[in-house]
Amino acid sequence: MIAARINALARRVPAAALYILCALPVPVLFYMGATGGLGPEPIKALEQELGKIALQLLVAGLAITPLRRIAGINLLKFRRALGLMAFFHVVVHLLVWAVLDVQIVAQIWADILKRPYVTVGMAAFVLMIPLALTSNDRALRWLGARWRVLHRLTYGIAVLGAIHFLWLTKGFQIEPLAYLAAILGLLALRIRRLPMKKALGQGS
Amino acid sequence: MAYRWKNDLSARDVTPEPVFLNRRQWMAGMAGMAGGVALAGIGGRARAAGEGEGLEPNSWEDITTYNNYYEFGTGKDDPHKYADRLSIAPWSVQIDGLVDRPGAYDFDDIMARMTIEERIYRFRCVEAWSMVIPWNGFELGDLLDMAGVQPGAKYVAFETVLDKEAMPGTRYPVLDWPYVEGLRLDEAMHPLTIMATGIYGRDIPKQNGAPLRLVVPWKYGFKSIKSVVRITLTDSEPPTSWNKANPREYGFYSNVNPEVDHPRWSQATERRVGGGIFSPRIGTLMFNGYGEDVAGLYDGMDLTRFF
Repeated sequence: MIAARINALARRVPAAALYILCALPVPVLFYMGATGGLGPEPIKALEQELGKIALQLLVAGLAITPLRRIAGINLLKFRRALGLMAFFHVVVHLLVWAVLDVQIVAQIWADILKRPYVTVGMAAFVLMIPLALTSNDRALRWLGARWRVLHRLTYGIAVLGAIHFLWLTKGFQIEPLAYLAAILGLLALRIRRLPMKKALGQGS
Repeated sequence: MAYRWKNDLSARDVTPEPVFLNRRQWMAGMAGMAGGVALAGIGGRARAAGEGEGLEPNSWEDITTYNNYYEFGTGKDDPHKYADRLSIAPWSVQIDGLVDRPGAYDFDDIMARMTIEERIYRFRCVEAWSMVIPWNGFELGDLLDMAGVQPGAKYVAFETVLDKEAMPGTRYPVLDWPYVEGLRLDEAMHPLTIMATGIYGRDIPKQNGAPLRLVVPWKYGFKSIKSVVRITLTDSEPPTSWNKANPREYGFYSNVNPEVDHPRWSQATERRVGGGIFSPRIGTLMFNGYGEDVAGLYDGMDLTRFF
């Protein structure tokens, strides 16, 4: 019932709308940062907000498949927008970190090599690049079945992103653990599918 | 005995409120301007900082809305939002251990016996941000003298109030509550070490550690324990909260030291809070700029080992 209604609504909303909606936080956050809306230390606030939105978009992207399989809600046409907008936020997050926060070129490089949480975040960013480059219909056709395999990198990227967040916090904090739990939970829903398939295969 | 320490930052360094407000407006305007103009501004400010200038205290708003007081939550604005729930009157400080006159010292009685003076100090957080804060308070040494430190005492242990009802952050095991800190006795008796009871001549706000908190300006901010309810003189090094949580990252001494990095980030530079979106990084000073006064406390110690 609800699933059908959501599906009907989703059919009417063009994916382009999601790009605009998901890009909106970036100008809004910069405006707030420049006008005092993010508190007395806007650089860190901006950096952290952008990182969290990227994680939220990754979680949303990972939820698409289980939603369809378990609840019958089909939001597949929005998945590309979610992934690309996650990448967009990661790029801006990285730029804010490098240009506004660290500021010193030698220090940026040193941090990537020396600070494990930066290394992990950077690895997630690098792994996202091929996915962003192949998020178009031409690449999809060109890669065929390999596209699916390549885009499973998302699983690793999301886990790295959550570890990056967890690793940079002080003390025992709930928020990064919640992201990690959500991501691992969504991945676990996929693992269960494998033995089920096998069972079905043996049955037939 | 008050007025033992002479400040190199004077009342003239405190920005009058109207000037400060104008500057805020100017900064907001600047941030809205074209990037090129703003970037030219960065160069100018970075140079000024390098010459030791630009040491003007942060605004009341900066100091009272950007806080680490995890008992109220881990967000920087959580203490400002929730600290009002804490009741601070009546307040007493239990002073015990190796003292001649142990007991519960009423806050009002303490205030009646102490001489309050202004101390404009740099404040450097272990997270690599900093402020300049015009504290009002008295020297910790004077309070300890009031209780009578016994010859066997070598360390001072401090404890923050733990009010689970009023402190939403204590529902989570972010740290092992209550928050505890410690100093070596010579550090505690140093004239730079104060118990702050005010900021900008007003009562210290609850998010900043009302009614009284420690301020040790040459150490990372987390040493400057807030809302103190207990002070214990001991003969052995007392446990400290962050060291208990992660001994690899937080030592007992925690002196500001640009040469000893936090395992997860560099301590070589810092950013002064309140500088807006293009706020430049400035070099962190050894002992937060108080080396002349305190370096002697650590003669012969390997500061990479005793971090």
